[in-house]
Amino acid sequence: MTDAGRAARSRQNPWRRAWRRFTGNRLGWRSLQIFLAAALVSLFAEVLSNDRPLLVRYHGHYYVPLVQTLPETTFGGDFQTPTDFLDPFIQAKLAKPGNFALFPPNHYHYTTINYFSRVPDPAPPSRQNWLGTDDRGRDLLARLLYGFRLSVLFALVVTVICTVAGVAYGAIQGYFAGWTDITMERAVEVWSAMPALYLLIIFSSLFSPSLWLLIALISVFGWMGVAAYVRAEFLKNRTLDYVRAAKALGQRDRVIIFRHILPNCLTPVITLVPFEMAGAIGALTSLDFLGLGVPEGTPSLGELLQQGKNNLDAWWISLATFIVLVTTLVLLILVGDALRDALDPRKEVAEGDAPEPAEEAA
Amino acid sequence: MSLLEVNGLCVSFGRRRVVDQVSFTLERGEKLALVGESGSGKTVTALATLRLHHGARLEGGIRFEGRDVLAMGPDDLQALRGGEIAVIFQEPMTALNPVMTVGAQIMEALQTHKGLGRAQAREQAIEALRRVEVPEPGRRVDDYPHQLSGGQRQRAMIAMALACDPKLLIADEPTTALDVSIRYQILDLLDRLRRERDLAVLMITHDLNLVRRFADRVAVMERGILVEQGAMVQVMEAPLHPYTRKLIDSRCARDVAEPGDGVVLQGRSVRVDYPVSRPGIRGWFGKGAFTAVRGASFTLAPGETLGVIGESGSGKTSLALALLNLIPAGGEIEVEGRSWATLDPRSRRGLRRYIQVVFQDPFSSLSPRLTVEQIVGEGLEIHEPGLDRLQRRPRVVAALEDVGLVEDGSAEALLDRYPHEFSGGQRQRIAIARALIVQPRIVVLDEPTSSLDVTIQKQVLELLAQLQRRRRLSYVLVTHDIDVVRAMAHRVLVMKDGQVVKEGPAEQVLSDHLWQDLGA
Repeated sequence: MTDAGRAARSRQNPWRRAWRRFTGNRLGWRSLQIFLAAALVSLFAEVLSNDRPLLVRYHGHYYVPLVQTLPETTFGGDFQTPTDFLDPFIQAKLAKPGNFALFPPNHYHYTTINYFSRVPDPAPPSRQNWLGTDDRGRDLLARLLYGFRLSVLFALVVTVICTVAGVAYGAIQGYFAGWTDITMERAVEVWSAMPALYLLIIFSSLFSPSLWLLIALISVFGWMGVAAYVRAEFLKNRTLDYVRAAKALGQRDRVIIFRHILPNCLTPVITLVPFEMAGAIGALTSLDFLGLGVPEGTPSLGELLQQGKNNLDAWWISLATFIVLVTTLVLLILVGDALRDALDPRKEVAEGDAPEPAEEAA
Repeated sequence: MSLLEVNGLCVSFGRRRVVDQVSFTLERGEKLALVGESGSGKTVTALATLRLHHGARLEGGIRFEGRDVLAMGPDDLQALRGGEIAVIFQEPMTALNPVMTVGAQIMEALQTHKGLGRAQAREQAIEALRRVEVPEPGRRVDDYPHQLSGGQRQRAMIAMALACDPKLLIADEPTTALDVSIRYQILDLLDRLRRERDLAVLMITHDLNLVRRFADRVAVMERGILVEQGAMVQVMEAPLHPYTRKLIDSRCARDVAEPGDGVVLQGRSVRVDYPVSRPGIRGWFGKGAFTAVRGASFTLAPGETLGVIGESGSGKTSLALALLNLIPAGGEIEVEGRSWATLDPRSRRGLRRYIQVVFQDPFSSLSPRLTVEQIVGEGLEIHEPGLDRLQRRPRVVAALEDVGLVEDGSAEALLDRYPHEFSGGQRQRIAIARALIVQPRIVVLDEPTSSLDVTIQKQVLELLAQLQRRRRLSYVLVTHDIDVVRAMAHRVLVMKDGQVVKEGPAEQVLSDHLWQDLGA
């Protein structure tokens, strides 16, 4: 086979064809690109928004404060405490000829409190704090950047856990059907009747709040949707002839589940992923808003919304947070929408790339 | 003036033209059959006369009683649909609304098109059911579609279609979903109604037996083009176009070898029960049983074909699945002298290579996300685990070549293709290759040709007969198609309601007058 022929062949792989349809949807494809770019940028938040310089040259010595903890005495200060590079005294020292400091674009970490602000906190946007500060004098842009990163990572972990658990549970239910299915379905029904919010409140008072506890709690209540879809797909596919043919060949259940049925059940699973992520971000935000979420001090969009609500005159807090949150969710939903279109089996036929009935050899 | 005049009709979806320059006319009271294989555009052509296609571009002329259908506004079109041209579809179960009673659906048509009141419409609905010979129409009018049998449902559909006295009835494969014994009753009914009301019938079908029996004139379509039309007798007896000839010749000639001695498969009082839920509180404590097969006994010799025929619901597919040990069954089934029931799971898996299966629908019988190599090679993976991927490959290629699936003389190029890239007949060949690669002694063929086009049916049957001769294969051929049994089977088992009602050599069983009649 020629290279061109091989390339043409590989384009016939069903997943690739779905991907082609996805990238053909401009809105969805752009949304995914923007979202991934934003997520990627936020992964480098430490380099983009930090109160320590990336590189300092002082009296002929080079320092990398980003990864080093330097006492103030290094730069001619009086104390052994870690250097506050935003202190005008230190800044003056670094500004002397021969010295220099390379700061990140935004000079604040999410924990940094701007003690040198001239207006009371929350401070409106200014040249120092581009988006203003929150009610404790922390830079809003830094809080948003780190908060966005936390939300995305949180959503990713929750989605992976929920998807894996849901697929496993639904696959077992749907494939073995009968009593297995009924018993497991009853268990799901009991489980989904649990009042998740109350449990979260109880748990957050029992244990000290932590991100992992939240991930565990939200995942534990989040996998049922995926399981229901996968169960239905398995129930449908297990009676199809290709599964019967594999059984007639003597294939093992494990192989039938993973190789034959699962790839044909992934359409709803993949379609759900962006929506699940959006849901997880929403859940985290609302818990934080209620004060049941991440520990005090963690950058969080929900906590910022809460601050915005408490400081209605500080419009920049709620507006900026709102924009970040809505943009994130809209992007995810647009991606999900495009995925759903791309994976819709009816599209395969409508596109006309399905069987080009070749001439039968007589 | 003709009732319906179609002149140079073209139908395109997007850039694809599915009907190209089709012209025909239909007179009052005439029976025209539109014949062709699936994908030939016959249904699209017929439904275009009602402009029932979404997103289709129609060109050319369609005139109904001299009025231009393509120029009609929404109101006229509404009056035309159902009022003057009515349609009945292939599958009455999906064409009827399952949550409305049959009567309500007929009444709806009467109320929309004739503006009748409820009581009057109900009376007419009962009358309509009586005309299509539904027993006890006064009671049936309040039944839901699932409470009727297949034939009664199709009758109800006809009643619904004819309730408003249309002038043209479009019947899209009206009998395909029905049992053989009911097909001709429906045809006779249609013919009687046509005579009574001077109704024109446009019948869409791929079944030439139906055409012979029903039509006055025939129009043959191939790939969107009308290749031949004329009086039925003339087209059937002296076809002009090669494609028409191919269609008519597609009935398979019998060419099978004599079976050998011995027994490869034996069933003794095979019984299949399905659990069904009991109604009410009893259902909490136990399941009832529906017996699909009761006490079937038979033997199969090497190189022999056992035809299992019966109407749908007669238990023939359950019997096939039981032979393959895919569903639990009572009685005894011995493959190569070993009984499924007495084997441990490991030896059971080993025994599976001796009895393989080819299913009816080649679109659902191949895993859509595996390549041809993976699909066909799977049996080797299981039964000859010593082989690695490279050693399996020549075997897979050979199996594909055996079933005649080659490109430029070799099957190499087909290995990494996916099922969706093949036509129905090619897929069925892949399914046959998958079954044969493990070198079985017995192959269960579950309606192997019913979802294929007639011309391809013939090729697949010839392939099966040829493989049988070469490899001394034994077939269990499950089908409702008498032509297929006639072409292939040595012995025949006739099933009805789970019971074997007749068994014997093929010639003897098939010469029975009942089957003669049904086979046409």
